[in-house]
Amino acid sequence: MTTLSLNAPAKLFKTRELGIVLALALLVAYTAIDNPRFLSGQSIRDNLLNTAILAVMATGQAVVVITRNIDLSVGSVLGLSAFTVATMTSANPGLPMIVAILAGLTLGAVAGLVNGVLVRFGKVPALVVTLGTLYIFRGITYSWAGGSQVNADELPRHFLTFANDNLLGIPWLVLIALIVVGAASLMMRNYRVGRELYAMGSSPAAAELAGIKVARNLLGAFVLSGALAGLAGVLYAARFGTVDAAAGTGYELNVVAAVVVGGVAVFGGSGSVWGAALGALLLTVIGSALAVLDINQFWQQAIVGALIILAICADRLVAVRIARSLRKRDAHV
Amino acid sequence: MSDTPRKSSAIDLGSAIKSRLTSWDSIILVLTVLVLVVASFSVDNFGTSRNFTFMVLDLLPIILIALPMTMIIVTGEIDLSVASTLGLTSSLMGWLWNQGLSIETIIPLCVVIGAICGVVNGFLITGLGLPSLAVTIGTLALYRGLAFVVLGDGAVADFPWNYTGWVTGTIGGGAVPNDLILIVALALIFGIVQHATPFGRSLYAIGANAQAAHFSGIRVARTKFWLYVVSGAVAGLVGVLWTLRYSSARADNGSGLELAVVAAVLLGGVSIFGGKGSLPGVLAGVVLLTALQNALRLEDVSGQALNIVTGSLLVLSVLLPNITTAIRGHWRRRKVRQAAAAR
Repeated sequence: MTTLSLNAPAKLFKTRELGIVLALALLVAYTAIDNPRFLSGQSIRDNLLNTAILAVMATGQAVVVITRNIDLSVGSVLGLSAFTVATMTSANPGLPMIVAILAGLTLGAVAGLVNGVLVRFGKVPALVVTLGTLYIFRGITYSWAGGSQVNADELPRHFLTFANDNLLGIPWLVLIALIVVGAASLMMRNYRVGRELYAMGSSPAAAELAGIKVARNLLGAFVLSGALAGLAGVLYAARFGTVDAAAGTGYELNVVAAVVVGGVAVFGGSGSVWGAALGALLLTVIGSALAVLDINQFWQQAIVGALIILAICADRLVAVRIARSLRKRDAHV
Repeated sequence: MSDTPRKSSAIDLGSAIKSRLTSWDSIILVLTVLVLVVASFSVDNFGTSRNFTFMVLDLLPIILIALPMTMIIVTGEIDLSVASTLGLTSSLMGWLWNQGLSIETIIPLCVVIGAICGVVNGFLITGLGLPSLAVTIGTLALYRGLAFVVLGDGAVADFPWNYTGWVTGTIGGGAVPNDLILIVALALIFGIVQHATPFGRSLYAIGANAQAAHFSGIRVARTKFWLYVVSGAVAGLVGVLWTLRYSSARADNGSGLELAVVAAVLLGGVSIFGGKGSLPGVLAGVVLLTALQNALRLEDVSGQALNIVTGSLLVLSVLLPNITTAIRGHWRRRKVRQAAAAR
C-alpha cells in the first residue's frame, strides 16, 4: 500500500514534466519551421540567459509553494538586491564578482528571514505577509534610489562581461542556474529535510505531530527563496547593466506562473524543482517565440494568464484522478 | 479573533462589552479618527475642502471594490483579478468609444463586461472547484493581458466633458464631491445586505465552515459564484469611473490596485481565513489608508515610498490581533495560576 501510493504520484509527476517538455518541443519546432533563425546559437543563448534568472527564482518559490506557502515578495527582493549590488560595485570597481554574488545572496536571505519569521511566529498567512513585504521592499528601494539609476558605463567591465563569459562553452548565468536547480532538486528528493518539506505541505498538522521541526524548515524555505531572489538580482544587474528602483517589478507573477505551470500544486505537497525550472524555460521560450512569430507582444501576458489557469485545471484533474483510483483500490481491498 | 477563547463565558455581559470595545474594528475606527484629527492640525492643506474632494476621488476605487471583496474574503476566498478587470474594462471602454458607440450605451456595457470577467472567475472557482487564490492570480494576468491586446500601450482620451466633469465635480460646486453620493449609496446597500439579511449571515457561516454551511442548506457554490459576478461588475463600474476621472482609457489603469484593496479589507479587521469582519471596520480601514497616504503626500513623501506605509499597515493589521491574543492568553493563564496558588 505504501509503496503503491508513493509510486503513483511519482509517476504522475514524471508525466506532468513530460507534458511541459512536449509542449516546449512542439513550440520550438513550430517556431523554427516559421523562422529557422529561432534555432541559431545567439537565439538559444538569449533564451537560456533569460531563463536562468527566472529559473533561479522559481527554484526558491517552488520550495516555498511545496510547503503550502507562497512568496510574493521575490520581485521586490530582486529589485532591492539588483540596485544594492549595482550601486556597491559601481562605487568599488575592484570588487570581485564573488563578493557581489555573496552580497546579493545575504541581502535576499535577510529579506526571506523577515518573511519567514512573520509567517511562522506572527502566525500570519504567507500570502498577506509577502504581499506586505512586496510593498515594503519595493518602497525601501524607491525611497533610497528615487528616480536615479545605475548605468552600464558606471559598472566595472568584469561585472558586465560576467553575463556573457562562459565556462567550457556554458555561460556562467546558465551554469549558476543549473547548479541551483540541481542542488535544490537533490535536497528535495534525496535528503531528509526535503521530504519533510513535502510532508509539511501535504498536511501541516500531521507534520507537526510527527515531530518534524516545522518552524526551522519553514524559515529555511523562506530564507532560500529570498536568497535566490537576491542572487537573481545580481544576475539581473550583470545581464542588463542598467538598474533602477523599478527592476523586477511584477516578476513575482512570472515566478508563480513558472512554478504553477511546472506542475507544483498551489496547495503544497507535490511538484518538483525541476518542473518549476522547466516552467520557467517554457514561459521564456513562449515570450521569444511570440516575438519571432511576429505576434503582438501584448498577447504575452494574456497567454501567461491562460497558461496558469490551464495548469491549475490540469492539476485538479490529476488530483481528482488520484483520489478516484485510490478510492477504487481501497474498495477492492 | 479575540473572542474565540471566551466562548465558555459568552453570557458574561461585562466581558462582552469589553471585548467589543477592544475589538479590532473599534481600534481601527479610533485610529482613523486620530489620524484625521492629527493630520488636520499638523499637515498644511489637509483640512481644506479641495483636499477633501481629492481624498474622496482617491477613496472611490478602493472603497467600491472593497465592498464585494469584503464579502468574498468573509467567505474565505479572495479575488486578486479586480484591478485587471478594471484595466480590461477601461481598455474596452476606449475601444468602444473609438468604434463610435454612445457613452450611454458604453457605460452599462462596461459593467456587463466586468460581470462577465466575474462569471469566468466564479465558474473556475465554484464550477471546477479550483483554489480562488491561484485562479485569480491567473485571471489577473489574463485580463490585464487582454486589456493590452485591446488597446496596446496607447490611450483614448476624448470622452464627453459632461461625464468626465461629473466624476470630478462637486454637488452644486460646493465641497461635497458627486462621487460621495455613489459611495454612500453603494456602501449602504452592501452594508445592509451583509449585516442585516439572511444572505449576509450565510456568508459568515460559509467562511466559518463551508461544509457545515452546506449541510445546513446554504447553497455555498451558488453564493460564491454570485459574489464573484458582483465583484467583477463593481470592478467594471470602477473601470468606467477611473477612465472618466482621468479622462483616459488605458490598459494599465489601476495596476496594483488589488493589493491596496486587500490591504484595506484586512486592515479593517476581516480575517483572511474567513468568517470574521465587518463592513464599518473595512470602511474605516480604507479611510485610514487613504488619509495617511494623502497626509504623507502633502508632506512631500514620494508616492513610491508610500508603499512602505501600505505594506507595513498590511502586515501589522494581521499581526497585531495575533499578538494581542497571545498576550491576553498569557495574562489569563497567569491569573489562573495565581488563583490556583492562592487556593
